[in-house]
Amino acid sequence: MIQVSDVSHRFGEREVLKDINLSVRERRVGVIGANGSGKSTFARLLNGLLIPDSGAVTVDGLDTREDAKAVRRRVGFVFQNPDNQIVFPVVEEDIAFGLKNLKLPKREIARKVDTVLAEYGLTHLRDRAAHLLSGGEKQLLAISAVLVMEPRYVVLDEPMTLLDLRNKKLILDTIRTIGQPVVLVTHDLDHLRDFERVIVFDGGRVVADGPPRDAIRHYTRAMA
Amino acid sequence: MLSLYVPGDSFVHRAPAAAKLAILVICGAALFVVSGIPVHAAELALLAGLFHAARLPWRDTFRQLRTALIFLVPIFLFHVFVTDWTLGLETVLRILVLLLLAVLVTLTTRTTDMIDVLEAAVRPLRHVGVNPSKTGMMLSMVIRFIPMMMREAQEVLEAQRARGLDRNAIALLMPLLIKTLKMADDLSEAIEARGYDPEPVVPVWRRKG
Ligand SMILES: Nc1ncnc2c1ncn2[C@@H]1O[C@H](COP(=O)(O)OP(=O)(O)O)[C@@H](O)[C@H]1O
Ligand SMILES: [Mg+2]
Repeated sequence: MIQVSDVSHRFGEREVLKDINLSVRERRVGVIGANGSGKSTFARLLNGLLIPDSGAVTVDGLDTREDAKAVRRRVGFVFQNPDNQIVFPVVEEDIAFGLKNLKLPKREIARKVDTVLAEYGLTHLRDRAAHLLSGGEKQLLAISAVLVMEPRYVVLDEPMTLLDLRNKKLILDTIRTIGQPVVLVTHDLDHLRDFERVIVFDGGRVVADGPPRDAIRHYTRAMA
Repeated sequence: MLSLYVPGDSFVHRAPAAAKLAILVICGAALFVVSGIPVHAAELALLAGLFHAARLPWRDTFRQLRTALIFLVPIFLFHVFVTDWTLGLETVLRILVLLLLAVLVTLTTRTTDMIDVLEAAVRPLRHVGVNPSKTGMMLSMVIRFIPMMMREAQEVLEAQRARGLDRNAIALLMPLLIKTLKMADDLSEAIEARGYDPEPVVPVWRRKG
């Protein structure tokens, strides 16, 4: 379980999150809101990339202030721009990166890389230069590189925003197959129809939180 | 031009990266000691054999060499006019052998393997504060991001041309700098999110006890 308690955060003068209190136990949680409403800031709290000014975030009881490293191992994070999260020049090298950080033996790394490449249909691209992949393939690589580390939770921050329609669908279908609990930040309502829960942010506050229908109704009204 | 590895299963591919790099360095140095056109011609033949064994496509090989080949012409001509053509031929052959050897190694060795060797090679320098794992990481990222930066630069140039701007260093560098800073920021988070955690390196003069 991810627990967010009394969290507020500011960047300089600007209060970006205000009094957030919630816990994530569901398998599929959507986060939605206008640009600048605090979605990314919220998402980055969940794996300790950002430590809140006040309040606490815990993942399975681990506090991000004290155990940021352990929290990051538990919570995988996929960013919006695939170009800026692929670190290594070649596809399979990038997938191996996180496993190397876990200090796994070479053999095991190779085995896990093979498995994940096959699972996400990337085997034929394993030796390719990452910068030559299509946008969808890049994001698929980014997701694989996170899932290969076997996190307990997966947070994705607008992973489809920069993609064309076809690749959006590819990534959305891929996200559906993720076995772990997922927190998906998006600004497209359509992505969240089959989610258990949708949290709506507005001006750094949670303004709706519940099954998609209610949340979506609220969001549509707010955006009108 | 980067990320050059051409996958394969030949003995050249399978040879350990450290051995290949060591041979490259040693032969590179030795090349300037041995002389004689027949010797270099023989080396060239040997290399052709190795390229054949590694089943490297000629197109990739040529693409690697193209720029360098252009320089060989003036070098040869220089010798023809200033010294004599045999010396020119020998010089050109020597450079060609070295280039081909370097291309052979880069085309048959994964970047990661080369970087691992480099990391091992700089390990002794950790006593003076050089962090091997960070050095390797830096090199990987340079290889990863150069093509991207080049594309970004291209995009900025095109956008400016579309707006009728002439070539202008500041107009190119500013947006590029902003994009780079944003990228660096994203990237450092992405690296952190994937658990990058290099061992700290302490130079001898800061060590206690
Ligand atoms: N590192 C930062 N420094 C200063 N301001 C920031 C930073 N990150 C985000 N902000 C500001 O916080 C607000 C919320 O940003 P963000 O969480 O990225 O929103 P969203 O993801 O919903 O678009 C925005 O006004 C943004 O400009
Ligand atoms: Mg955002």
